[in-house]
Amino acid sequence: MASKGIRDRVAIVGMGCTQFGEHWDKGAEDLLVDSATAAFDSAGVTKDDVDAFWLGTMGSGISGLTLSRPLKLDYKPVTRLENMCATGSEAFRNACYAVASGAVDTAMAIGVEKLKDSGFSGLVVSRPPDDGSAAELSAPALFSLLAPAYSKKYGVDKDELKNVLTRIAWKNHKNGAVNPRAQFRREVPMETIAASPIMAGQLGIFDCSGVSDGSAAAVIVRAEDAHRYTDKPIYVKGLSFVAGPAAGAIDPDYDYTTFTEVVRAAEDAYQQAGVEDPRAQLAMAEVHDCFTPTELVLMEDLGFAERGTAWKEVLAGTFDLDGDLPVNPDGGLKAFGHPIGASGLRMLFECWLQLRGEAPPERTIKSIAAGKKLALTHNLGGSPGECVSFVSVVGSEPSA
Amino acid sequence: MNVIVSYGTYIPYWRLDRSKIGEAMGTFGQGTRAVASYDEDTTTMGVEAARACLAAAPEGVKVGQVLFVTTEPAYLDKTNATAIHAALDLDPGAAAFDMIGSVNSANGAMAFATFAAMPTLVVLSDLRTGLPGGADEAGGGDGAAAFLYAPDGPALLEFLGLGVSTAEFLDRYRQPGDDHSRLWEERFGEHAYTPLAEQAVAEALKSAGVGPADVDYAIVTGVHPRAVRVVAKSLGVGKEALVDDRTAVIGNTGAAHSAIVLADLLDRAEPGKTILRVTLADGAIATVVRTTDALVDWRSGRASGSSVADQIAAGRTDLSYPKFLTWRGQLDREPPRRPDPTAPVAPASLRKEPWKFAFHASRCEECGTRHLPPARVCVKCGAVDRMGEERLAETTATIATYTVDRLAFSLSPPVVAAVVDFDGGGRFRCEMTDVDPDSVAIGNRVGMTFRKISTVNGVHNYFWKARPLTEGEK
Repeated sequence: MASKGIRDRVAIVGMGCTQFGEHWDKGAEDLLVDSATAAFDSAGVTKDDVDAFWLGTMGSGISGLTLSRPLKLDYKPVTRLENMCATGSEAFRNACYAVASGAVDTAMAIGVEKLKDSGFSGLVVSRPPDDGSAAELSAPALFSLLAPAYSKKYGVDKDELKNVLTRIAWKNHKNGAVNPRAQFRREVPMETIAASPIMAGQLGIFDCSGVSDGSAAAVIVRAEDAHRYTDKPIYVKGLSFVAGPAAGAIDPDYDYTTFTEVVRAAEDAYQQAGVEDPRAQLAMAEVHDCFTPTELVLMEDLGFAERGTAWKEVLAGTFDLDGDLPVNPDGGLKAFGHPIGASGLRMLFECWLQLRGEAPPERTIKSIAAGKKLALTHNLGGSPGECVSFVSVVGSEPSA
Repeated sequence: MNVIVSYGTYIPYWRLDRSKIGEAMGTFGQGTRAVASYDEDTTTMGVEAARACLAAAPEGVKVGQVLFVTTEPAYLDKTNATAIHAALDLDPGAAAFDMIGSVNSANGAMAFATFAAMPTLVVLSDLRTGLPGGADEAGGGDGAAAFLYAPDGPALLEFLGLGVSTAEFLDRYRQPGDDHSRLWEERFGEHAYTPLAEQAVAEALKSAGVGPADVDYAIVTGVHPRAVRVVAKSLGVGKEALVDDRTAVIGNTGAAHSAIVLADLLDRAEPGKTILRVTLADGAIATVVRTTDALVDWRSGRASGSSVADQIAAGRTDLSYPKFLTWRGQLDREPPRRPDPTAPVAPASLRKEPWKFAFHASRCEECGTRHLPPARVCVKCGAVDRMGEERLAETTATIATYTVDRLAFSLSPPVVAAVVDFDGGGRFRCEMTDVDPDSVAIGNRVGMTFRKISTVNGVHNYFWKARPLTEGEK
């Protein structure tokens, strides 16, 4: 058994993405109208041309009414779904399958999150009533568990690892500084990042992604119809989604230096897309840098670096905007912000811009001009040891 | 008649240096007092003392009932001893009763246990404080002791005699719900207690058939420090016979105090020694007992690090006074900008009781993999409903990775959390307690301790945390 995939059977023909950040003057419904309208315009369609909708939001609304009401949809099917921080990617995946199946001609995947209305610092997740035995740790604390384990396993001392994590944050802020849609649009000196107030473990405030409001959307059609909408469609090469058995949290064999779920999702997506050497073949990657140690570990899990070497590659600038394999050229969750339900689609939005040559010159990656035509998005939900993971590969050309 | 066959104590990790109260309040203070941590109450401290007691108990003693004594119960209306019963994983056929409200309940529970028709576990636990700057705050202490009574021995103590004198008078009193006791004028208490003590002691010595000169050790404790001092001097026993009541280091631990001081003495006393124990609390009760040869054997079989002296030595004295006040609910500090913790719900807590209270894991009968919390489907081999249960509360573990969470809500931030791997298999991610965040490292050894995770909407969320093994325990 293996997932067959839907390589080159569907394509993105329009996308929209709001600015991410503190939208005190906009509710989730406004953000949805903004991103949906931008995506319709981008594809040259109206809401009536779209046959079905997949709405991803973790907590900014329930049911399809969250979308149909503000857009005043004409009695269309709207699926509202949630898969933790991978919610936006999950909306995209399901919309792609609907089109690939032939059930609909045109689908929209849209994600939104309105986090800044909660009044709390950081992310707030409600959980069902329980016996109270699960430790209620913050998200930075859960991801900070990676740092001492990585240090220990690969003999990277604490201070050196802090330099590595700092450089990841610095790189993403640098990229975000030239992205008008990003929540944080200024470079941050490494000294400032390294000295920022500690949130959990080794992680300072600058090691954490931005808590923000935002929305992003994509219009998806069958690949053979794509050129009716745009000259430069983006083809879906591989889509993989994995929900782990949450083994790491209970199994001493798990060592907190990897996400098994990511490894498995990446293998599946690469196989679907025919990617054999991701480091060489991919023009860029948008990965789930919710916290800096996450991005470090992902570089190994996604096959961009050998085990135990990503920290060196980070320091060498391999994943910088002008590096071998640019990672998070849009600033990532770190600088672009992380409105949960929107983030997976925001990652695709950057692939859409870069692969189509529409990114602003100051953050255009060189690999596209060099002939690379594939981009990857990676989206994660949960925490080390118990998570869900999504990996997609998209490309600017159908396979020969 | 039952005899004492085992005991255990619990002196919490934290000490408040009384000079810190002095610095803040302009009062004089010396020595330290034991302080229950923010995540402890009389129930959790009682569990810890009882675990130590049962761990050292002779094989084959099946507890028939638990009696829980405290002046500071976590719940009213609801029995607190049931949580202790559950955390100790006792048989549902064993009863659980509270004897709460006054220090003198300790004597009642011990007498009741002595004459009970079944093995009886007496758990005495108290948390004592007063208004900021007052004598009760500085002089009080927190701690617990547990004594196991059984019919067949081997007896650690031989019972020789008892004397009782009961009287109704107003010395120390507290309305339910008040956060401090009130005391009548100090010299009045001395006036009331002294003759009561004389009468009880005389009767106890007479019924034991011994004189004051035969007493090797005398323990005098009570709710009135001045009367305790006066009575101790008037006993007629040698000065060297007076046992250090440890109040200089741990404070007066109320309903647990006499039992803790007795335990401390039994930790070191030779066989054949006569002990006079006097408690002043709404009257006076005196008992005369003699240590046995079995005490020495029992001590040699006990886990290292479990004596009162060891527990005192393992304490940490750098607790700040504002932190102490915060833990006691007397300083309402600005919370983090985070949601309040959620209370556990009753149905899930009942369904998961063997896990939540007794700390039962499940072990796959097909491949031996342990699961915390208990699971129905094996994570390794996939077998369904092929699980046996086993208690891991007494199993030690090793830290696999850890973090210090400065964002999560806590009465005592930061929250220290660790992923711990149990000896013999099984992993769990939990909070750590009684720990210096800077000392946590991968590979450190920990044990489990029963704690109160939070109290929300009047519900105490009891569960287990990991704590570093002390030097004595390693």
